[in-house]
Amino acid sequence: MKLETYKFRSRMRALTDGAVTAMAILATVLVVAPLVAIFGYLVFKGASSLNLAFFTHVPKPPGETGGGMANAILGSGILLAVASSIGVPIGIGGGIYLAEFGRGTKLANAVRFTADVLNGVPSIVMGLAIYSLVVVPQKHFSAFSGGVALGIMMIPTVCRTTEEMLLMVPHAVREAALGLGVPNWRSVLSITVKTASPGIITGCMLAFARVAGETAPLIFTALGNQYWSSSLNQPIAALPLQIYVYAISPYDDWHRLAWAGALVLIVLIVLAVSLVRYVTSRGVLKGAS
Amino acid sequence: MPEIHISQPQLEQKSAIHGGHPPAGPDASEISAVRKFLLSRGNSAVVDRGFYWLMVLCALSIFGIVALIAWRLVVSSELAWSKFGLSFFYRAFTDPDTHQFIFWDPVNGHFSAIPFVFGTLLSSFLALLMAVPLAVGLAIFLTEMCPRALRGPLAFLTELLAAIPSVIFGLWAVFVLVPLMRGHVNPLLIKVLGWTGLFSDDNPTGLGFLTAGVILAIMILPIISSLTREVMTAVPQSQREAVLALGATRWEMIRMGVLRNARIGIVGGIMLGLGRALGETMAVTMVIGNTPEIHRSLLSNGSSMAAVIANEFTEAVDDVHVSALIEIALALFVVTIIVNALARLLVWAVTRGAPSQAR
Repeated sequence: MKLETYKFRSRMRALTDGAVTAMAILATVLVVAPLVAIFGYLVFKGASSLNLAFFTHVPKPPGETGGGMANAILGSGILLAVASSIGVPIGIGGGIYLAEFGRGTKLANAVRFTADVLNGVPSIVMGLAIYSLVVVPQKHFSAFSGGVALGIMMIPTVCRTTEEMLLMVPHAVREAALGLGVPNWRSVLSITVKTASPGIITGCMLAFARVAGETAPLIFTALGNQYWSSSLNQPIAALPLQIYVYAISPYDDWHRLAWAGALVLIVLIVLAVSLVRYVTSRGVLKGAS
Repeated sequence: MPEIHISQPQLEQKSAIHGGHPPAGPDASEISAVRKFLLSRGNSAVVDRGFYWLMVLCALSIFGIVALIAWRLVVSSELAWSKFGLSFFYRAFTDPDTHQFIFWDPVNGHFSAIPFVFGTLLSSFLALLMAVPLAVGLAIFLTEMCPRALRGPLAFLTELLAAIPSVIFGLWAVFVLVPLMRGHVNPLLIKVLGWTGLFSDDNPTGLGFLTAGVILAIMILPIISSLTREVMTAVPQSQREAVLALGATRWEMIRMGVLRNARIGIVGGIMLGLGRALGETMAVTMVIGNTPEIHRSLLSNGSSMAAVIANEFTEAVDDVHVSALIEIALALFVVTIIVNALARLLVWAVTRGAPSQAR
């Protein structure tokens, strides 16, 4: 090969390398930009609309200014309590099975796979399924059905995080417990699960934060409510649902409330995600998930 | 819900480093003889059995839930099935007066899922078109180029992007993205690319397929990029070193040493993103325009499968209407399950045997 050609080629290669590096950096900037835009705008809009009334008042009728989302905050709390009481025990149980009993078995692989698939089921489909499973037999919309829908959506996340956290616990710890004559179930519950508990709790928090923002499964189950309601048997308001209704409404004051609600939601979620990161960056659980 | 799971082998690798115990898992799960002995002489056999079965029950309930969802959807959509059959997904009606196509007119009993399938596919396709290059670029930057100090914060930021609820994306889209598209992007596209016929100016609202595609792209970016990052990290370090030792530049190293090995996993990540895009409801409902029509222009209003369910279900009074909406949901369920299952298998196939040397 002539020296000229060689020089040309190596210059081209260096140029391509530089171009790709530049493109990768550009891609990163393009990804970070909308995130910063969303967060910035959200904090800007949300902080200027947030006030005490938001947390203490129920919505005013359309056209009147003022009012808050107190009933939606209460409703979200109730829905999440129902959801957690369904999703957390089943999820943790499934996770314990996967990590402690089913390691390497076909059944465990199938469960893991199904959990991942369940995670991918669109939330609106989940809402419809719960509608026909709970709302139709009950003959009315209710907070309970909304909680069930959210609870089912929590299961895969809780299950997989629990499994991953339990896998982090060294074998020696389990064997030490068994060696002291502790029955297996005690060893699992009070030794293994306890060792991994910070990770499991944050996993639950993560699932909690995710379903806290879910809107689609609530449209046909919890339905929403403009008034105070804490009954499990009645339609109930929820924060994301209220944000949706207000966002597509034509009233400026409702838009303001939607932004405030969005800010409250996002603060909750950022807290949960940061907590997960903090817990998985230290101690035995370092490197998990 | 982009729950991204680090592959098994990688996990064990890490636990071996940090936990200081031999790797355990599917491959090395034999319980030691001492442990077997200790387990066998426990005097709590009944409670242990009970506990075991309780945990199995929890695990099996996951199957139960998926089966229950499928069963309810099938049962509730039976009316539509028996009335329309499969033609629900391909037939169209014509208006006797104007001779134009009508697809969805619940009042007059016209039901056809074509515009919704079209809208879902088109908006998801647009989203992938925008998100995939960006996501792969981001993953390349994070795994191969990024200074160590920047990697953590950037990964955290993308993780946050994945955790933002879709209704907040929708809210942002309605008040920021839609005006932006209406005022700047759409006029530009019409001026520059109007001759292709894909961008016509008959819809001045700023809503439509393209806007839905943009917001979907932002939403599926973190899933694709974090999975791509995962499979790229699973490529052994020695591959990179070997290519570099042959005198390759960094891009050549990435192309030959990393991307070529990770491509199946990357495809899996893209499909996972597709699965999310297909089923995404709130953000799309808020910006797609919600008209059951098919247009050639990407800037015109449309609807998607998830959007029509969210919009019409609570107002549907007619049994056939309800049943038809549930049939759409069933189709969505089946498609997303297939897409997700394929994606998981692809990712699993790549990360399974990888002797990962996570950095």
